[in-house]
Parts: sequence; structure tokens; C-alpha cells
Amino acid sequence: MSDHIQHMKDLPSTHLLGTGTPMCAGCGGLLSLHEAYDLLGTRTVFVNAAGCMTMLANYPFTPFRSSWLYTTMASAPAGAQGIRDALDLLIETGRIPAEEDLTTVVLTGDGAASGMGLSATSAAIDRNLDFIYFCYDNEGYGNTGQQHSAATPHGARTATSRGSSGYPGYKKDLFAIWAAHRPAYVATVIGAEPLDLAKKIEKAKTLKGPRLILALAPCPPGWDFDPQDSVEIGRLAVRTGVWPLKEYADGRTTHTRVPHPRLPVEEYLKRQGRFRHLFEPARNEMLLEEIQGGVDTYWAAVEK
Amino acid sequence: MTSILLTGNGAAAWGARLAKVDYVPAFPITPQTEIIETLAGWCDEGSMPARLVMLESEHSMLTAAAAAAATGVRVFTATSSQGLLYAMEMLYAIPGMHVPLVLVNVSRGLASPITLESDHTDLLATRDTGFVHLVCATVQEVLDSILLAYRLAEDERIRLPVMVNMDGFILSFTREPITLPTAEQVASFLPPFDAHRIGFRASQPIAQAVAVLGGGPYSYFRYETHLATLQALSVYEEIEAQFESILGRRHGAIETYRADDADMVFFMMGAFATKAKDAVDGLREAGQPVGLVRLRLLRPYPTGAIRAALAGKRGVAVIDQDLSMGKGGVLHTELASALYGTPEAPPILASFVGGLGGRDISTEEFYEIAQQTQRAIATGVAPAPRLLYTEAELRQLEKLRAVAGAERADLVEAVE
Repeated sequence: MSDHIQHMKDLPSTHLLGTGTPMCAGCGGLLSLHEAYDLLGTRTVFVNAAGCMTMLANYPFTPFRSSWLYTTMASAPAGAQGIRDALDLLIETGRIPAEEDLTTVVLTGDGAASGMGLSATSAAIDRNLDFIYFCYDNEGYGNTGQQHSAATPHGARTATSRGSSGYPGYKKDLFAIWAAHRPAYVATVIGAEPLDLAKKIEKAKTLKGPRLILALAPCPPGWDFDPQDSVEIGRLAVRTGVWPLKEYADGRTTHTRVPHPRLPVEEYLKRQGRFRHLFEPARNEMLLEEIQGGVDTYWAAVEK
Repeated sequence: MTSILLTGNGAAAWGARLAKVDYVPAFPITPQTEIIETLAGWCDEGSMPARLVMLESEHSMLTAAAAAAATGVRVFTATSSQGLLYAMEMLYAIPGMHVPLVLVNVSRGLASPITLESDHTDLLATRDTGFVHLVCATVQEVLDSILLAYRLAEDERIRLPVMVNMDGFILSFTREPITLPTAEQVASFLPPFDAHRIGFRASQPIAQAVAVLGGGPYSYFRYETHLATLQALSVYEEIEAQFESILGRRHGAIETYRADDADMVFFMMGAFATKAKDAVDGLREAGQPVGLVRLRLLRPYPTGAIRAALAGKRGVAVIDQDLSMGKGGVLHTELASALYGTPEAPPILASFVGGLGGRDISTEEFYEIAQQTQRAIATGVAPAPRLLYTEAELRQLEKLRAVAGAERADLVEAVE
């Protein structure tokens, strides 16, 4: 962890991301991007994969003070590759001064990150591409109305899993998939925990190579909760242990927050309409126990 | 100038090397692979100061190519067939970004059935992307067209990607004697890429390829790309004239061969046009006033040049190495739209589809095409579209079908 940021008062007081974007009220993804961008700074180029945040740069407006390239849903890491290589070539051959260099940041949602973009992402890590991969994980195809993605949690109701048990699959472990590639850095963050997020962005900035910042993004319309509860739900994701805050570097995974006491997952689930069917018209004890059991098993292994 | 024997793929690699490209995103596919292997060899041994990066797909390869071009370096890449289609999303995206790059397509038929051999279906699938398309017939033309393509792509009035096409196997793997331009000639024709305002820089942030809301801005930008593509016609004429003055070879938007005094012409594109020239010579010896018009610039479509070349002809035999399902030959359809209603349009436009998936077009078939077209001119009735296919081929195919049926019957029996 970085030495520069230790306390909330160390966080930047100047905010770089412009206001008035087309993102939904209470967007947890935008909150985490906002916090990350303050630290990433303006010497960045965002390479975007199709998703909610594609609407950020919307002719003739952009909330960024730095550059942006929209690519496709599947190939944003390849776009980062092209920019990184081209900037390196231009600097090596003296065609532009080193001060013109930029940090290449892929900006993607969980649908692209865990689905059609996974091959391009894996290959970029294989090539040891020097880039930051920022994924806002709202646990579904949010921009099209929250159909389930590979990142949707077990039991959640989505536009394509409306049955009484919700989504039958299990959330794909993107952190583990990245870590298996042995990249420079992998971290989970959440906008509701800005200090933890800031420390991880600072650390990522000191490293070279592929770096994942995976931000859980509470999504008011997709998860069905009041926008004003976005931060509270984010905090509950951490305190119930549903969203472990952790990082991987040098071959080791470290948890940056071990929730004590760990609240029951119900506290998190019951605040969201996407899990209402677990409580109404009758409690689905079996599914609630399964979800709690999954979280308990995870932390038992961590605390062992 | 040095004369050497090169394959089409070798010439494409030399084109990229002489153009001093900075960046080569690559992915293998038959029959293109020799191009990137040659370039990788030169990069590895240090004789070519470019960076070659292997991507994991053509979709990513074209994304990296576009992103690098948008950062302001000279980019070269190559693919073929299924790879070209795999990259299709980016092929449509790049022209609207107005960044120059050159893509060599080694054309090959598309699945199904899957094949390795050549026709123009892949090339024509990209017709409406906004790429400028140069379609080559000889190995020399492949090399020269890459140099022309960079001049055109990088021209400030155009700033569009250019696709240089060669026929798979027929050109890609055929050695022909060609003249290698000197470094001085290339330097005087193709100056280093001046990216000007293209690029991502800390001091000049830019948002590229952003979303628009509504049909108004969308229509504006799409039409603007169309106009830029049309503009490439006159700019190409300028550039091509400069190429001729420096390198002594002409590569017009169309090539005409013994067409001026011809009654009837073959109209086609690609390497089989060299066989058509032989047929023209044979027919001329037999006293028939036949010629050839070869389309070299597929997009922008050189409507004016084509109308002029075909004005007053009595008949045109259009030979398509492609097939638009449910319609027919694409070149035939396009030519009809270019000629319809013009005062001196040839009354007969006959359509022949052939050379699909590596099938040859024999000299005898060119003679037969000419004969059928002459008959149509005499009767005033255009013939129905024809597929070039012989009885012998059909007999052979029937044998294969019989074998397939027998094999299947054996299998069913074994399972039962």
C-alpha cells in the first residue's frame, strides 16, 4: 500500500471528472471512476468498451479532461495496446517528447470484462501490456436494462432471470482469472470505501504492466434500490463480506479489509429489489442459506 | 531499381518495408501468413525498424491498428477471408475516425463451405465500410499499390483507411519478376507521415470515436465520410500521376486493354484479368474487336472513368468472382447502376459468375463468354446470368455426392 494516502484528508480535494454526465442518479460505477480519476490524473487516455460509460463521451461533450477512444465491446484492451505501442514508438524515435506520454486506461463494464472482452483482455495480459484496466461491475448488462451477465450473483433477479430463484449461475471470479495470469496488480475496490480505493489506485500507479481495478458498482435501476442508498449498499457489500476488498501483487493475494463483525448477507440483500423474491411472499430459507454459506466459506478460507 | 522474383505476399511485405511503416499488428491466416512472417523476420533481424505485435484475433488486430493510427504512427496490417469478416466491426468503425492505415487483404472465399482458395466474396463484403479499395492484378501492382495507398490514406483531404487486395494463391503464392523501387524513389513519392493533429497527447486531449445522439449528427458524420471517400477519386488521380512521374508505372482507377476500338469488352477485377488479356489477344487475332476494362479502384467507384471507357460499346460481359445470394454478381449490379440512363450506355450487360473458391477461368471460357455476348448484341436480348461451370465438373461433383451418400449409408448401417 502507498505511503502517500493514509487518511481521508489525504484524498485529492480537486475533482477532475466533469459533472452532468448521462449516468443514472446514484451510479456506483461513476462514483468509483470519479474517485479513481482524481488520482489517475489528466495524463491519461481512456479506451472504452461498449457499456453504460460509453455514454460519458457523447458528442460534443466529455466529462474527461484527458483523452478518450471508444473502441468496441470486445476489443478495448487491443485499443490500449495500439495506443501504448504508438506512444512508445513516437517517444523512442523522438517524434514527441516524453512529457506527452499518457497512462492507458481501459474503461469497461463487467459484461464485456467477463464475457466477450475476456479473450482480448487475457491476450493483453499475455503480452504484458502496460495498462490499467478499470472495470465497473454492476453485475449485469446494465446499459441495456440489466440482463444477467457472467458477473451476476447467484439468485439475483435480472431482466433475463425473472423466475422465483433468480439467476441460477454463480458470479464469475474475474479477480482470480486475472491473478491466474500473474499480472502486475489486481485489486477490488468500491466507491463507498474511498480511502481503500485511493490507496489501491496509488499503488497501481507505481507499477508497470497489466493492472486490474475491479470496482463493485451498486446500480440503482439494475439492482432496484433508491439512488440515495447507493453508498450505504456499497458499504453493506463490504461489511457483509459479499464484496471482499483485496489485492494481488507479487504472486500473493492480501485482503485489505476483513469485516469484523461480519454482518449477515441478508442486511445487504434485503435492501435491493433484485433479491426481494428471497423474502417475499415467503422467505426462501434454502437460497438465503446457500448465499450466506458461500460467503462464510470464502471468509473461512481467508481467516484460516 | 532492382528486378527480383517475388510472390504477391513477398511484394506486400516489401511494400510495407519500403513505406517505412512503424507498426504492424498481426494475426496469421492462410493465404496471408507469409506477409507477416516475412515482416516478423525482418523486424527480428533488425533490417526493418518497425514494431510487430501478434494479437489474438483479427478483431483485436484491427482495433490495435486503428488505435495506433489514431495516435499518429504509420500502420500496416494484413488479413484474409474469415479474418477480414471477424474484424468487420472495426472495418466499419475506422473510416469514421478519419485515421490513415493500410490493410492488405489476400482475398479468399468465405464459408460455408469453408475453403482456403480465392474469390472476391470477402473483399466485396467490406465494400460499404468506407475503406478505399485498390484491387490488384499483378505482383508489381501489389507493391506499388501499398505505396499509393499510404499517400492516399495520409492525404489531409482524405484521411481514410485503404485496403489493398490481391487474389489468394493466384497472386499471393505466384512468383513474378518485379522492379523494386529504390529508397530514394520511395522517399520522393512518400514522405514520412505527418500526423498533424492526429494523436493522443498529454498537451492536447481529444475524445475520438465518441457516441452521438440522434439521427441528425449521425447522418452528418456518415455523409461526411462518404464525401471524403468520393474526394479520394480526384486525389487518387493526382497521386497516381506523381507515382508515374517518379516510378514510371501507371496504375489508374481503371485499366483498359485494347478497349478503345472494341465493340465488346470484358469487365472484371483482380488477377484473372491477365488471363482475360490473353483471351482478348486471341479474339483480336480471330478478327473480333474485343477489349478489357479492369476495375482497380472499387471504392470510391470511378463512375466517370467507367462511363467514358464503356461509352458506345455494344456489349459488356461482366465477370464476377463473387455471388450476392438472391441477386447475382455484385460488379454486374454496380455497373448497371453506373450506366443506367447515360446516353451512350452499352445496350447489353451480360453477367457471368466464375472463379469461385479457387476455380479457374479458362481461356476457352473467355471465348465462350465473348461469343454469348456477341450473340446477345446481335439479337438485342441480354442472356440470363451464367455460372461458369463445366459438365465435367458437375460429373465429378456427382461422384463426390455418391461417395458421401455411400459413406453415410455405411455409417447408418454400422450404428443400427
